[in-house]
Amino acid sequence: MTALIFFIFAGIAVFCGISLVAQTHPIASALSLIGVMGSLAILYLQLGGEFIAAAQVIVYAGAIMVLFIFVIMLLNAGAEGTSLQVSRFAKYVGMVLLAAFLGLISFIIQASLPKTEGVVFGAFTGGTAADVGRKLFTVYLLPFEVTSVLILIALVGAIVLARREV
Amino acid sequence: MNFYIVSLIKVAVMAAVFMTTLAYLQWIERKVIGHIQLRMGPYRVGPHGLLQPLADVVKLITKEGVLPSHVNKLFYLLAPFLAVALALISIAVIPFGPQVTIGNVTTWMQLTDLNMGVLFVLAVSSVGVYAVALGGWASNNKYSLLGGLRSSAQMISYELPLALALAAPLLLANTLSFRTIVDGQAGYWLGFIPRWNVFPEIVGFAVFVIAAFAETNRVPFDLPEAENELVAGFHTEYSSMSFAAFFMAEYANMVTVTAVATLLFLGGWHAPFPEPYSSFIPIIIFAGGGLVALYHGLHPARRKDKFTLPAAALVFLGIAGIFGLSFFVPVMQTILMALFWFCGKVGFLLFVFIWVRGTLPRFRYDQLMRFAWIVLFPLAMVNLLVTGLIVALTSK
Repeated sequence: MTALIFFIFAGIAVFCGISLVAQTHPIASALSLIGVMGSLAILYLQLGGEFIAAAQVIVYAGAIMVLFIFVIMLLNAGAEGTSLQVSRFAKYVGMVLLAAFLGLISFIIQASLPKTEGVVFGAFTGGTAADVGRKLFTVYLLPFEVTSVLILIALVGAIVLARREV
Repeated sequence: MNFYIVSLIKVAVMAAVFMTTLAYLQWIERKVIGHIQLRMGPYRVGPHGLLQPLADVVKLITKEGVLPSHVNKLFYLLAPFLAVALALISIAVIPFGPQVTIGNVTTWMQLTDLNMGVLFVLAVSSVGVYAVALGGWASNNKYSLLGGLRSSAQMISYELPLALALAAPLLLANTLSFRTIVDGQAGYWLGFIPRWNVFPEIVGFAVFVIAAFAETNRVPFDLPEAENELVAGFHTEYSSMSFAAFFMAEYANMVTVTAVATLLFLGGWHAPFPEPYSSFIPIIIFAGGGLVALYHGLHPARRKDKFTLPAAALVFLGIAGIFGLSFFVPVMQTILMALFWFCGKVGFLLFVFIWVRGTLPRFRYDQLMRFAWIVLFPLAMVNLLVTGLIVALTSK
């Protein structure tokens, strides 16, 4: 059952990922990205990271992508034409070569990684909000604080850059 | 297998009751607004317009669904589907009452309990903005687009105070599960003041309710569908069932947000009075209503009152009788009492939503944004910080 759900949502994630690149319209691409994030959230949920799953949907799908869509709508960006003229022969050969290349890469990665016993769904239970919060403020306190300062710097930088134009 | 059967029954009951509530909520809204404006409201279909929702549903189903030629078809059709699906899904984690045992089946009066139920509701509501934004954009109409843009800006802005106001009672309860939050509000201070979060968190409650108005696109924050500026806003191009889907989503969101407010701030299904007294309240209310109706039925002011008012009295007295009977069946009393207080609180909040619609004019767009960022957001932030400080000082 869990494996079935995993394959369904992994499939949706990959499909949406391809669609993200293949779509010509920016809104369609943005929606595909939301599809990727939503199915990733389900996968996190399966792995026991329920807080991460919720945060994924709330922050990425619910806040950041809304801003993306908002900007796309505000600029009223239309569909982009494909300017690249490629012969049909090159397209088919390219597909085969790409598949071979990806296969090679994944083989190398798998061969170079140390052997593990694989993932067991439901084995990890330390993903609740309380666990994540405790980890963030004890073990990972320094990275957490450094990241927040980094984001603050980015925010101030964005405001400074935006003000110069006014 | 038992679990599946019980779950199926619960889902079926829940779906039927929820859908009927949505239909009749619209009738109640029209009635209340009507009486606020010294009108009668719907009156023609059935007694006091009681069959109006049914007539509306039949009308909306049988109308022709117009697909304008200039729309982006996929997203145009996807938007109302998204709206209604996301609006209906969050009711699944809302608990209506405590654990009950009927025969040998023990179950919660809730479809499912998540450890992160509050986060689930937040996540679903944060995704819900896509429905409005997409619907507005795909309609390919400047009014719709403006409505969609306004709505996404408004919902992003008001989600922050909403989430911050919601975090304060979570700090008090120390959990994200609705059940545990409600259980933490059981009991009474000094024997008679209920231990609801609304008393220590009155600021948070006010911020939450105000932000909820904006999140559900209700008056005074219904800028996305301001009819004097934008025709009908994001759903201008929608007709028939796709229009009904947006309409239903709005009411479903209202029910969800008031239910969350009830669970987090108003003590969920716990009664506002200690146990022996609170059990008599529904009987007194229903029996009193029934007796008043009976009195006016026996002294009719109009000819038809002779039949209608005694009938209404019969219904009210029957409900009072059921509550009275439940004193002898403990399970029934647990269920009925929980439902009575939960629905009473949610109903009161829904009435406030309608009442505000009949009272306040619409904000201007700049006022709306300034209010969110200059008043609500700092208020919610300070409230959260003070709550956090108090919790940190008092906890061991």
